Amino acid sequence: MKSKIKSAFEKCRKEKRPALITYTVAGDNTKKNSLKILSSISKNADILELGFPHNTPIADGGQIQGSSHRSLKNGIKLKDVFQIVKNFKKSNPLKPLILMGYYNLIYQNGENNFLDSCKSSGVDGLIVVDLPWPENKIFSNKCKRKFINFIQLLSPTTSKDRMKKIIKDSHDMIYYISMLSTTGGKLKVSPKNILKNYKKIKKLANNKNLVIGFGITIKTISSLRIADGLVVGSQLCQTITNSIKKRQNPVIKLDKLVYNLKKRII
Amino acid sequence: MTKIKKGIPLIDQHDKSYMYAGKFGGNFIPETLKKPIDDLTKLFSKLRKDKKFLKERDYHFKNYIGAPTPFIKLENLTKHLGGAQIYAKVVSEANGGAHKIYNATVHCLIAKRAGKKYIVGDTGAGYAGKMLSMAAKKFGLKCKIFMGAKDIKRQQPNVKAMRKNGAKIVPVTSGSQTLVDAVSECMRYWVANNDTTNLCVGSTVGPNIFIKICAWSTAQISRELIKQVKEEFGKIPNKLKLLNCVGGGSSAMGFWNEFMDTNAEFIGIEAGGPKKSKLHAAPLTNGSKIGILHGAAQYVVQDEEGQISPTESISAGLDYPGISPLHCFLKDSKRARYVSATDEEALNAYKLVSKLEKISPSLEPSHAFAEAIRIAPRLSSSNVIIVNSCGDSLKDKDIIKSKLGIYVR
Repeated sequence: MKSKIKSAFEKCRKEKRPALITYTVAGDNTKKNSLKILSSISKNADILELGFPHNTPIADGGQIQGSSHRSLKNGIKLKDVFQIVKNFKKSNPLKPLILMGYYNLIYQNGENNFLDSCKSSGVDGLIVVDLPWPENKIFSNKCKRKFINFIQLLSPTTSKDRMKKIIKDSHDMIYYISMLSTTGGKLKVSPKNILKNYKKIKKLANNKNLVIGFGITIKTISSLRIADGLVVGSQLCQTITNSIKKRQNPVIKLDKLVYNLKKRII
Repeated sequence: MTKIKKGIPLIDQHDKSYMYAGKFGGNFIPETLKKPIDDLTKLFSKLRKDKKFLKERDYHFKNYIGAPTPFIKLENLTKHLGGAQIYAKVVSEANGGAHKIYNATVHCLIAKRAGKKYIVGDTGAGYAGKMLSMAAKKFGLKCKIFMGAKDIKRQQPNVKAMRKNGAKIVPVTSGSQTLVDAVSECMRYWVANNDTTNLCVGSTVGPNIFIKICAWSTAQISRELIKQVKEEFGKIPNKLKLLNCVGGGSSAMGFWNEFMDTNAEFIGIEAGGPKKSKLHAAPLTNGSKIGILHGAAQYVVQDEEGQISPTESISAGLDYPGISPLHCFLKDSKRARYVSATDEEALNAYKLVSKLEKISPSLEPSHAFAEAIRIAPRLSSSNVIIVNSCGDSLKDKDIIKSKLGIYVR
């Protein structure tokens, strides 16, 4: 059975453009709005990443920390996250959705229990920030057996040897971290250099869908458009922060932002 | 049943995944940190066997840190309590005033070998930061210290010292604004800057290599102590108790290491927080569940979902929801046991020791003294209690004044 993630990439490839992948935090800025945001941005986004918040993140920058903080303050629990996914999938059954977060929440919930909830709510993939290869071997195999994509990460510090091994254990999608940074850092490497690395990896993983994330905003997205997919996260979180400050509707603001992001890559 | 092997350093008793007893420690880190951590792991395993490096370390431990630190009998306290004989290893006499100088010095020596110009670290009580800034200055490295905004307010003497040493202090305003957030922020900084910068984690916590380096460094304390004990008693006493406060657990690991294969009893004292508070920082005493914090699996104070819980303690250095995986290992194997002392008990212990003796322990070791005061009267004089007095009360002057009205030293 072909995964929805794979189908999304195939569709984009036919349209000769990268897949637009968005990241928002479940429950930001409210449980209701977070669902509304997913529904409205899914018109223009090809794959949705949804963060399940953790209060001690070791790889997130200020913007995503802010979103997670808001969400946790609203009392969001894992069951709410799955509820949001379930409700979203009711009206958007074909749109791929990836959950992203830290391992402790999965560990406390129990790996099998967590994956069962993923399955029953309709989650298509998982990114676990602090469960690198090879530590993730057992869990990623469990995911595979349940037809949930476990998305492996590569970074500029990953050696070629290691890359080959990680790629071998990857599923339909691989995430390349553009630079040494937490999420939302300013792009400190030129798009040209990022793409140079990207092409090197692509040679090792020709049949995989390789996406680039970290530091991508409306300003930089078009310069990276040859990639299979591009992830924008912090700018979305920041837009929610700003719209709350200005008493604007975050749903409308995000809808507009994602529309404009899409425009830059078609 | 979890067991400790004899004759093998505790830090090396992990499996291929760097886990102790198959469940504590490991490297739960973002991909970006895999390589810098691998590099550091390789470099450290080489340096550990490098005679020149060991000579260099010993030279600085002796001439810069001032080894050995004194081992003294607390005659008045012993008489006052009328039971076990009480001794102190006065680690607060080390250069800078606490055990954190060992780890800081070793990290700076490693950073020099790695060709790095910058070093960053976290700090709670401010000791780890103060020592790192001192050592960085001595070894010509630029230094940045991450410290919770709440801790900056309550540990001013150490903050001033760091600034004087030329370190940049980065206030951390996320979460509870204490040590746990400082460690997170510092790790995030390293994720983004590991190409130019070495990280010094301030205790025996974090990804495995940092636990190893830290425990290997503080082991100097027990290398000195085991000699001093043999000199004093002619042998290791049969009924010997080694009491040490534990926050992250670095001083206790160093204090116990050389005694691992002896009969000495290890007692770790965690921060119980204010008397009626439930926000304790005592994951081992209070039966917390295993979770992942700062890259390692350990007993950690957390809620059902896995969110890390806020903690509260009068002592900034112990105010941490997690605990070194090494201590989890010692607990499960029953090699050490762990209890907690409340803020009030620690304050009383500080008061009594400072009044009776020439030493004046900071609020961290005062937790350990509180346990000594509790158990000593019930024990016969053939029992020997040694407390690691790993910090001086001077840094806590303001807190003590506000709680007790006066500060005596």
